[in-house]
Amino acid sequence: MASALASVALSTTFARAVPLPENSMVQRIGAEKKHDNPLFKGKAFRRVSMAVSVNVSRFEGVTMAPPDPILGVSEAFRADTNDLKLNLGVGAYRTEELQPYVLNVVKKAEKLMLERGENKEYLPIEGLAAFNKVTAELLFGADNSVIQEGRVATIQGLSGTGSLRLAAAFIHRYFPDAKALISSPTWGNHKNIFNDARVPWSEYRYYDPRTVGLDFDGMVADIKAAPDGSFVLLHGCAHNPTGIDPTPEQWEKIADVIQEKNHIPFFDVAYQGFASGSLDADAYSVRLFVRRGFELLVAQSYSKNLGLYAERIGAINVVCSSSDAGTRVKSQLKRLARPMYSNPPVHGARIVANVVGDPNLFNEWKQEMELMAGRIKNVRQRLYENLSEKDKSGKDWSFVLKQIGMFSYTGLHKAQSDHMTDKWHIYMTKDGRISLAGLSLSKCEYLADAIIDSFHNVD
Amino acid sequence: MAAISREILKRRGIHRSPVMATIGTRSMASWFGHVEPAAKDPILGVTEAFLADPSPDKVNVGVGAYRDDNGKPVVLECVREAERRIAGNLNMEYLPMGGSIKMIEESLKLAYGEDSELIKEKRIAAVQALSGTGACRLFADFQKRFLPDTQIYIPIPTWANHHNIWRDACVPQRTFRYYHPETRGLDFASMMDDIKNAPNGSFFLLHACAHNPTGVDPSEEQWREISYQFKVKNHFPFFDMAYQGFASGDPNRDAKAIRIFLEDGHLIGCAQSYAKNMGLYGQRVGCLSILCDDELQAVAVKSQLQQLARPMYSNPPVHGALVVSIILGDPELKSLWLKEVKGMADRIIGMRKALRENLEKLGSPLSWEHITNQIGMFCYSGMTPEQVDRLTDEFHIYMTRNGRISMAGVTTGNAGYLANAIHEVTKSS
Repeated sequence: MASALASVALSTTFARAVPLPENSMVQRIGAEKKHDNPLFKGKAFRRVSMAVSVNVSRFEGVTMAPPDPILGVSEAFRADTNDLKLNLGVGAYRTEELQPYVLNVVKKAEKLMLERGENKEYLPIEGLAAFNKVTAELLFGADNSVIQEGRVATIQGLSGTGSLRLAAAFIHRYFPDAKALISSPTWGNHKNIFNDARVPWSEYRYYDPRTVGLDFDGMVADIKAAPDGSFVLLHGCAHNPTGIDPTPEQWEKIADVIQEKNHIPFFDVAYQGFASGSLDADAYSVRLFVRRGFELLVAQSYSKNLGLYAERIGAINVVCSSSDAGTRVKSQLKRLARPMYSNPPVHGARIVANVVGDPNLFNEWKQEMELMAGRIKNVRQRLYENLSEKDKSGKDWSFVLKQIGMFSYTGLHKAQSDHMTDKWHIYMTKDGRISLAGLSLSKCEYLADAIIDSFHNVD
Repeated sequence: MAAISREILKRRGIHRSPVMATIGTRSMASWFGHVEPAAKDPILGVTEAFLADPSPDKVNVGVGAYRDDNGKPVVLECVREAERRIAGNLNMEYLPMGGSIKMIEESLKLAYGEDSELIKEKRIAAVQALSGTGACRLFADFQKRFLPDTQIYIPIPTWANHHNIWRDACVPQRTFRYYHPETRGLDFASMMDDIKNAPNGSFFLLHACAHNPTGVDPSEEQWREISYQFKVKNHFPFFDMAYQGFASGDPNRDAKAIRIFLEDGHLIGCAQSYAKNMGLYGQRVGCLSILCDDELQAVAVKSQLQQLARPMYSNPPVHGALVVSIILGDPELKSLWLKEVKGMADRIIGMRKALRENLEKLGSPLSWEHITNQIGMFCYSGMTPEQVDRLTDEFHIYMTRNGRISMAGVTTGNAGYLANAIHEVTKSS
């Protein structure tokens, strides 16, 4: 009966007599192809009165993607109407008043750019030359030998994500048998990036829930156990999501085992300057590995330290043993970028180039960065004090002070994190990560109460 | 791709782990010994060569970026005004994953029609994309993930990067005939043959207007026939629309092909770019849309597009999207934009006339009708690579070796010089 109705629909609504395509197929995900009359679906009935539309979508079987665990948190927060709600989800810096913050140096740079009235021509595939120069100098130090010798291939990328993706695509193409090693846990999108770039990955132990600190022995053992020539993804500073960084001594030992196994270090530096407040201090780990002579990859982002989140500005740097290798690598990175987006967006790159390239603006930036990092440290201190005072169980909360950067791994598990949201309207990611950038001094007490409650009363 | 790299590794005798014999000095082996230098991008490489040329007579008719009659890049007035409103005011928080909602809304109105029922019914899955390239790439990745047995039919010729995009997305490519070298027009009969002979349900890449690189578009009648044949064959039409408004000067007219397909009930995909028509080249603003059965499906498809974008760049850049939203959302700015885009299109049409007239005045034995028959930024001159090389070497004129002239680079100042040079290299053919 349905097919009779369907063929009536066909003849009355479609002016020309269009024969039904033979063997027309409706493809569903995970199902076999069916030789169906494409109109033989419940939906077709609704269309009888509408003009035309013989075709049924090929995307019939496309299911709803799960909400992104991180960005989805902010969406849920926005939908919550409770007054006490607190967004400790996405890692975007907030002032003490919990407002987004546009750095003064950025406003100044943008005004300069507007006055100059620069054009909007395509950048070259590798991005803005002025930006590429300053970003490499910022990371390695302008007087570093790798820069003096022209051994760094730098390409402007779409913030940290885009830069990581370019590197992953490069690994897939030129190191097709290589594996990536990522920390457990790590930023959720790292796995997506390697998956979509088709680079196999495995995890190395990192977070120790017993100490809420670094499982250093586990980390070294797992890096040692991996096949030679693996790409080891390391967070340059302010590990996301845990906030736990190796000490300088531990970094040396990590370098030892990487050297021993002929691995390639691959740094994700998303918080330079934002972790300790000092650009140079936060580049310590990268510069250590460079000093030791490794070839390595480094992805950078200006989302947090310059507050340029939505402009998508970052870079991928590949330190090579010769400038010739650097030239070749750069050309191949360009070949990967061209079919992704042709050339990168100019606006954010100009802002960075202007800020870093002008001594006054650069100094002002350093001050603003110290303020931002300082606020986070203050909030950590207050939270620690509140937790220690209010929690009578004797639990050691000092990890809040030992951790660094925007995030803190509270040690809460999924059910406890859910409880934070359901009862306390505090939004965080399910792995127990809170963004201290979204916390004000005035809310520390409320947060402390919530954490203590969730930790002790939820299994 | 993996197989190719292993080959490279084998050929170079490189084993998986070069010995890092002397760390800490400069004499260590490199991991990157097997990485060969990439060939220059055929299009963007032209501008590099042009910039390096010291000759005062040099002319760049290579890359497709608009120039005014003085050969200078242009920032539209409406764009400057939009930027004034933006500068230093708004924060730069991450856009939602799918991009600026406002920009997407306005883009859909442009492409599908101001009052489109489809928009009201929320049947279109749409995300902000990294200009046209990014939109095509997202679609190619989506095609690979959700319709892994499909391939893409690409016209001969097409913008070179189309091949790179679908290749890097690992979607197999086929071609269909399009350009007729003898007439320098559309090879309609062969095109229809290829459409008919393709297996039912094939995916086709169509240039909505101002075909790049030929400038040759089907007529309205021809579009109707193509649409009909697509119905018969149940083909999927994916439109790359990089020049809406820029081709004829009228955005609705330039979207005619899409509107015809929509009237016929096709479920289309569409890549839009604001690089040319708003002069936002370096801002990378565009939109990818996919027309679905209903709102529910559109929501699902959009979520999957976001899922593909997340490991590529997380969320798209805000600046260009703000500019587009402000312009299209403000009636005064929008009408200023429409004037300015018509101005650009008119200048190009004027240059086409000038170039053709100059060549005819020089007494060229060849027909140059196609210069004014073709539309949009590009003119497929019909010159051979050798003739193009002569233009570059002898006359310092830079263009891609397929004979494509970017009319946007032609000015009243250089039209005569250009015509003369073309005449010189072609008069004996």
